[in-house]
Amino acid sequence: MSRDRYSRFRKFHQAKWDEEIIFELSVPGERGVLVPKAEAAVADEIGDGVSVLGGLKRKKAPALPEVSQMRVNRHYLRLSQETMGTDVNIDISQGTCTMKYSPKVQEHLAARHPGIVEVHPLQDPDTMQGVLEIIYRTEQLMKEISGLDHFCFQPGGGAHGVYTNASIIREYHLSRGDYKRDEIITTMFSHPCDAATPNTAGFKVITLMPDENGFPPIEAFKAALSERTAGIMITNPEDTGIYNPRIKEYVDAAHAVGALCSYDQANANAFLGIARAKEAGFDMCHFNMHKTFSAPHGCMGPATGAVGYKDFLKPFMPVPRVEFDGRKYYLDYNCPQSIGKTRSFLGNFGVILKSNMWIMQHGAEGLKEAAICSVLNNNYMMKKLKETRGVVMYYDFGVGKNRLEQVRWSWEKLQQDTGFGTGDVNQRLSDFGIQHYWTSHHPWVVPEPFTLEPCESYSKDDLDEYCGVLAEISRECYEEPEVIKGAPHCGPTHRVKHPEINDEELIAVTWRQYLKKKGLKK
Amino acid sequence: MKKLGVIVNPVAGMGGRVGLKGSDGLEILEKARAMGAQPESPLRAIEALKVIARLKDQVEIITYPHEMGEDEARAAGFDPRVIGSIKSGATIAEDTMQAAKEMAAAGVDLILFAGGDGTARNIYTAIGSGSKIPVLGIPAGVKIHSAVYAINPKSAGEAAALFLEGKAVNIREAEVMDIDEDAFREGRVSAQLYGYLNVPENKKYVQSVKSGAHSEKAHLQGIAAEITANMKDDVIYVIGPGTTTRGIMEELDLPYTLLGVDVVLNKQVVANDVSEQQLYDIVKGKKTIIVVTAIGGQGHVFGRGNQQISPRVIREVGRENITVVASRDKLVSIMPRPLLVDTGDPELDQELSGYYRIVAGWQDTLMYKVGME
Repeated sequence: MSRDRYSRFRKFHQAKWDEEIIFELSVPGERGVLVPKAEAAVADEIGDGVSVLGGLKRKKAPALPEVSQMRVNRHYLRLSQETMGTDVNIDISQGTCTMKYSPKVQEHLAARHPGIVEVHPLQDPDTMQGVLEIIYRTEQLMKEISGLDHFCFQPGGGAHGVYTNASIIREYHLSRGDYKRDEIITTMFSHPCDAATPNTAGFKVITLMPDENGFPPIEAFKAALSERTAGIMITNPEDTGIYNPRIKEYVDAAHAVGALCSYDQANANAFLGIARAKEAGFDMCHFNMHKTFSAPHGCMGPATGAVGYKDFLKPFMPVPRVEFDGRKYYLDYNCPQSIGKTRSFLGNFGVILKSNMWIMQHGAEGLKEAAICSVLNNNYMMKKLKETRGVVMYYDFGVGKNRLEQVRWSWEKLQQDTGFGTGDVNQRLSDFGIQHYWTSHHPWVVPEPFTLEPCESYSKDDLDEYCGVLAEISRECYEEPEVIKGAPHCGPTHRVKHPEINDEELIAVTWRQYLKKKGLKK
Repeated sequence: MKKLGVIVNPVAGMGGRVGLKGSDGLEILEKARAMGAQPESPLRAIEALKVIARLKDQVEIITYPHEMGEDEARAAGFDPRVIGSIKSGATIAEDTMQAAKEMAAAGVDLILFAGGDGTARNIYTAIGSGSKIPVLGIPAGVKIHSAVYAINPKSAGEAAALFLEGKAVNIREAEVMDIDEDAFREGRVSAQLYGYLNVPENKKYVQSVKSGAHSEKAHLQGIAAEITANMKDDVIYVIGPGTTTRGIMEELDLPYTLLGVDVVLNKQVVANDVSEQQLYDIVKGKKTIIVVTAIGGQGHVFGRGNQQISPRVIREVGRENITVVASRDKLVSIMPRPLLVDTGDPELDQELSGYYRIVAGWQDTLMYKVGME
């Protein structure tokens, strides 16, 4: 059976398994793997392998679930069927996240190649030359892409990368004996980590609120600059998808007061191969390799925030640096002014490898084409969505002067007309086989927001289906409100009450906590 | 079953259409009628009530007779419980107060009213400052300086419905302000901050975990911590009225005046609820910092509810010593309009205009414009 011939909608219903928690599946004595007895030669050396542990031996066996392989396999496959990821749905919904296709050949290599998976990070660098070479070569690629002079791949995510940059701004000023600079300036539509991480790094944060056109006013920026300004940390294009054409003025004004400029390029899909941090005058930048460079997202950790710097900031970069002496690759720890390590070992190597492969698959022209296609996709979608009843586009400057790779849309009109807002539409979306969309960072400057980002990976058919679904939900809001009120109808769970899932008192993140909070175990 | 009190001030807004800058007082009302003014608030009330009509089986409306709510409720499809008595066609402010009192006594879950600042003030007077009863305004008056209204009748209905359904449970304290209409007609603005009513917020709980949204309360605590941590010795702090600045006094564990101006030195109270003259005498020639917040629905930094901080006080202290505090949510509700100054001295207002670092939390400031009306 295929999709409806005319509407192109799917008769979707998600799997619902009423699956237990893995601990509840445990049957005492059941085994997934029977560990073989040691060979005679080994046994001669270490006995049963347990008594040699001496005082390190656990007094009690770990309370792990006891489940056979088949049941474990079934359990996790069932759970996977109750989620919606990039591989099963048209993942335009996660605006600002750049959900593009992650080529499977990358995964194959990163997860299976013995030269990758059997390397231990504490090995002597002489014995992992291949891994170091890949990191080194990826650095050369990123240097070309950004125009900056040095890169580090340690940070485990975008915000971690921005935090690293904030730390380097701090160290730079301190190294010059400039102790006054304790302020960082950012903008409301920049990624929130541009405000949050410098604050964590010890800075006071000044945020520029957007003007009526969505731009951070340059007058406000100049009023905020002073001899206390340590740096600016901004995103461009911002979360609205609007590129600030006066960015060079901001950078120049910041430099004029002695501040450093950090470019948040977490999502570089709008300008890859077209615009670079160097030409915009920035001193440092970061890229999310798991967004723009196709590696899968990692959820707060197993990703990579690649951080890049101009030469004068090299002394402060994290250690160890991967260097090449013309003959072999080595780790350089001799960086006395470094901010230190920002993550264990060399970062998430698998992500670096996958990004490297993606860049090499595309080549210079291919990167540029990816950016052009993503902007084209967004502009095509924009035309369709602007015709959708109830949708409002804030900061609409007209044809040809619009958005790059994404738009922060608004259901403001829909809400005024029908009472249904962005949350209601979001609940209904999954009934069409599309996962919920990303609304907006806080606060909601654009009311009833939703942020869509159709990357280069999506076909015209994908875009049409997605826009068609939103148009259908809009129609239902106006004409069949009962359908919206009861949604979702085709998911494994119904609406989840929001305060409850945020309530620390009710959340259990381990089995032991669950038993305790449920009152099942003292 | 939830109980919803409905009060319609049927004459609210009548003065506006004929340029009378308000409708308070019988004489003005007669004048408005003579000039051909038509009642507008009943239509606005009906528009809001129609949104709530989807909960008809779950909500009982308790209201006053005829045009004060009964007619509107019926027009929206409800069968309301009618209490009290009025003289139809000649309702007065006391009717609104009496209605609010009786509804409070009847234990309503929410009072939804259609009117302007005069109506809001009447309800505030009737149910008092200590009242925990949530109140929400359908904007229908000429003067809308208070912050107790929804943006329009439809969103008032939606917010009320969500609140009654238990889907939007957040309550905020909103300013009740009113302008002296006689002075207003003579071209002078004399706005007073009368107090605060509890208003349900029209926010469904869909804020995503990723958004890292903090509660308003957490922001206010952050603001208070930021201000108090940076207080300098031997500097006078003038703390303006409002719930945002109240947090500062609470953080210092000092007695405060919610609707007035307090003065602090070395984290001790110098004087509570000062008059303009007292304030001027205290700050004259002394290093002083004024801490004020945006008051009312229009976001006034000076000139509404804090007139004690007069032009000569502000000049004495100097613009560079003014600290404005406001939560992100407050600023977003005002965007893209600037915060306002209206000190009564246009030259000073001009000097005070420009970008300020608004303190919005702990080590967290927002650049925002302050301007003139």
